[in-house]
Amino acid sequence: MTYNKRKTVESSLITASAILTTSTGSRCSIGEILTHFGVEEQILKRVLTTALEKGGDYADLYFEHTFNHAVSLRDGEVNSTFSGIDFGVGVRVLSGDQTGFAYVENTGPEDMLNAARTAARIATSSIKSPVKDFGLKIPAKNHYLIRQSWEDISIRQRIPFVQKLNDRIFSMDSRVNKVMVSLSDASSHILFVNSEGVMYYDFRPMVSLTATCIMQENGVFENGRAARSYRSGFEFLTDAVVEEIAREAVDETSIMFRAIKPKGGEMPVVLGAGGSGIFLHEAIGHAFEADFNRKGTSIFSDKLHQKICSECINVVDDGTIPFNRGAVNLDDEGAEGQKTYLVREGILTSYMHDRISARHYLVPPTGNGRRESFRNIPIPRMRATYMENGNASEADIIASVKKGVFVNSFTNGEVQIGAGDFTFFVKSGYLIEKGRLTTPIRDVNIIGNGPKALADMTMVASNYKMDDGTWTCGKDGQSAPVTCGMPSALIGKLTVGGLN
Amino acid sequence: MLSDEHKKLARWAMEYGLKQGCQAARVTLYAGSDTEFEVRNHQLDRLQQSSENQLAFHAFVDGRFGSFSTNRLEKHELEKFIGNAVDAVRFLAVDSDRKLPDPSFYYQGGIDLLELFDPAFSTIHPDRKLAIAHAAAAEVLGKDPRVLSVQSNWNDGCSFNYIISSNGFEGENAVSYYSLSVSVSVKGSGDARPESFWYDQSLTFDELIREGIGSIALERTLSKIGQQKVASGQYTMLVDNINSARLLSPLLSAISGSSLQQNNSFLLGRKGQQVLSDKVILIDEPHEPHAFGSRLFDNEGVATQKRSVFSKGVLETYFLDTYHASKMQMPQTIGNPSRLVLNPGSRSCEDMTASMERGILVTGFNGGNCNSSSGDFSFGIEGFLIENGQRTRPVTEMNMTGNILTLWNALTEVGNDPRRNSSFLIPSLLFDKVDFSGL
Repeated sequence: MTYNKRKTVESSLITASAILTTSTGSRCSIGEILTHFGVEEQILKRVLTTALEKGGDYADLYFEHTFNHAVSLRDGEVNSTFSGIDFGVGVRVLSGDQTGFAYVENTGPEDMLNAARTAARIATSSIKSPVKDFGLKIPAKNHYLIRQSWEDISIRQRIPFVQKLNDRIFSMDSRVNKVMVSLSDASSHILFVNSEGVMYYDFRPMVSLTATCIMQENGVFENGRAARSYRSGFEFLTDAVVEEIAREAVDETSIMFRAIKPKGGEMPVVLGAGGSGIFLHEAIGHAFEADFNRKGTSIFSDKLHQKICSECINVVDDGTIPFNRGAVNLDDEGAEGQKTYLVREGILTSYMHDRISARHYLVPPTGNGRRESFRNIPIPRMRATYMENGNASEADIIASVKKGVFVNSFTNGEVQIGAGDFTFFVKSGYLIEKGRLTTPIRDVNIIGNGPKALADMTMVASNYKMDDGTWTCGKDGQSAPVTCGMPSALIGKLTVGGLN
Repeated sequence: MLSDEHKKLARWAMEYGLKQGCQAARVTLYAGSDTEFEVRNHQLDRLQQSSENQLAFHAFVDGRFGSFSTNRLEKHELEKFIGNAVDAVRFLAVDSDRKLPDPSFYYQGGIDLLELFDPAFSTIHPDRKLAIAHAAAAEVLGKDPRVLSVQSNWNDGCSFNYIISSNGFEGENAVSYYSLSVSVSVKGSGDARPESFWYDQSLTFDELIREGIGSIALERTLSKIGQQKVASGQYTMLVDNINSARLLSPLLSAISGSSLQQNNSFLLGRKGQQVLSDKVILIDEPHEPHAFGSRLFDNEGVATQKRSVFSKGVLETYFLDTYHASKMQMPQTIGNPSRLVLNPGSRSCEDMTASMERGILVTGFNGGNCNSSSGDFSFGIEGFLIENGQRTRPVTEMNMTGNILTLWNALTEVGNDPRRNSSFLIPSLLFDKVDFSGL
């Protein structure tokens, strides 16, 4: 979808001439957006009115048109590609805490009305809520204003960067045996309207560049991976990012030849700056999502406004970091993307809310209502979750540990919300012996209990770093792009997987 | 159900692609619908209904390949979509191993239909589905004062696929599914709120187990109260039949063409060798009627067949689709397994537990991973400490660590209890001397 980037199309409808900023900062009108999705304001009002005909107290329509592209390199050549188009609208009705939802893959009036009638069945009240006139909501700031949209870039322009990344990895180490590179991008056009009269349009770009490296040494194969992902346009592809990913992929792979499995058991764990933010995501992040707390199933359900860890700890979930993979201008319910303090000076200050939970707790929404696509309902999701700097230095933290591990490269994690038990898988790290990093370690799972681990975090460094990898969070069958980060920190005791 | 119009559209798309410059093409048309009711405690919390269509176009152009998908099925949009697809493929490098399967590999008929679609699918009234979800939740509500939350989910749906290829394949399949699950959260010791679940799923409505799901979920959840870790050490390990397939996944990944061809597999070059315990007899059995995972052909149209994967621990096959077989210059098999059956033993999980002197019964995994190059793994687990044949305490916050080939060589017994409601029929598994990390 390409808009005329200079021209504003006039329309007889009140909102149709309202000026919007497109992906690249040029202007278009809401009339163009409505036309693109094949709808008019009167139809939208009719669908919302139908959605509320059984007594629902709120309804929204979430239109999406997404274009995906990917090119892949194997065996030294860019030899496969994928493109996809996804289009549709989700109709949601709320009746108190209850949700009715249906979606269709076209925007013909009858199909949308049928979906609205299905979703409407969640309610059984004679009181009918009105549908207000639409007013266009413009986000306070566009956090992903790009220069070149992927929709304007041909596959021919993408290929050289993929090839360059492959060639650079091979040039860095003679042990490189195979390289796989994937460049994927997405451009999503979102139109949202609800029965309270909120209408917004958002353009959401995304790009991910991933390299997997296989090395061979004395007949032994090892693998490593590196990736970067942003809400960015074609300008993301630079020699610098290629160099960064190539170096990391080679380093991640080569260290594996020297790494050992440590002796397992309870020990101090020093989390390195950056990707260790997966600890926050798993250990506490999910348990702070308000749906779990509203239902009473989170281990933090009774802990709001209580001290849960050291005063030196501040944890944030932020949708406003420019070009961050987890950034949202407006969430998928129309709430402003924002920076939310979850833990401030050791106090649990806020959960992450969607519309239902915000109403339940009588607080403003935090902009965490996100959905994978028009096929899903919004639920509380993290965005960019990180810990702010403390006062210690990483060197001091490592020096304080007689025997433990330092971890800084991860693949995945998981949590049990009610029990609070979390895990993250360490691809590589180091033993700490007498305050010094010694032997590299590999392939160990680390497990702990969220509240206990957070309370046991005693030192936080001042070297905060965001990890801009391809983090994807799964919850209730929905995937969401997120990021995580933190400064180096010490946890007094976690259980490290290993040998006996 | 896919209509003749759907099939005509798929054929038209394939022929349009050929006219645009493809030397070969394959089109897959998918249609499906899904219904879900979620009951929380006494109330319907969410209802969701959907139906969708998708067309996937696989283009082979001048020795180059690309795949494309869209849910915009109007012809004028498809024309532009396919035209752009063919143009895009032309920018790629030539890869002569990208090609349609040889027609001799295609499913040619001759096997009885697999009866994967419930003829009664459209006759089950939504009110009945919702009543079943409520009844499952009611098995828990009011039964124990420690219960904090009960969630019951009903889900049913159907999917239809039609595949047509330019070198002669045409086939379709239809599958229906039903599932009922209950999750329970209870007040545990301290701040902990243990949760667990139980479920059943089936291809037909009549086969779905609808009673007892909530009760079992409650029993499983209450049994977790008081979980704690125990001392690190080597233990005998029994993995129940809900979780045993997790230990098979790294092996399956290691014998897939995509891993092997990229030298990213710890089973590279091991075909024909004994790599696992001789108790491992694993067969791909795709033609069992009325069973999850059964199918007559794969996504390329290649006919499935009964195939030995591991015979007494000897690796007997790789899973190679057309591309990877050609790339590796090896005989083509099939891209991925359909319905895996591990030859069962004679004892149940309970019987094996009763004969354990000291060990850990694993009833859940919590994260972890397995290195695809080396087979080194580390998984978080929960379960029970077994002493003198009895569950003496629930355990959690522990890791099991080792090498997946070493682990499968330490397999001492296979149970007799695979769950029928899965495409992987893997019974409970008993292993000797597994490294656990805890206290």
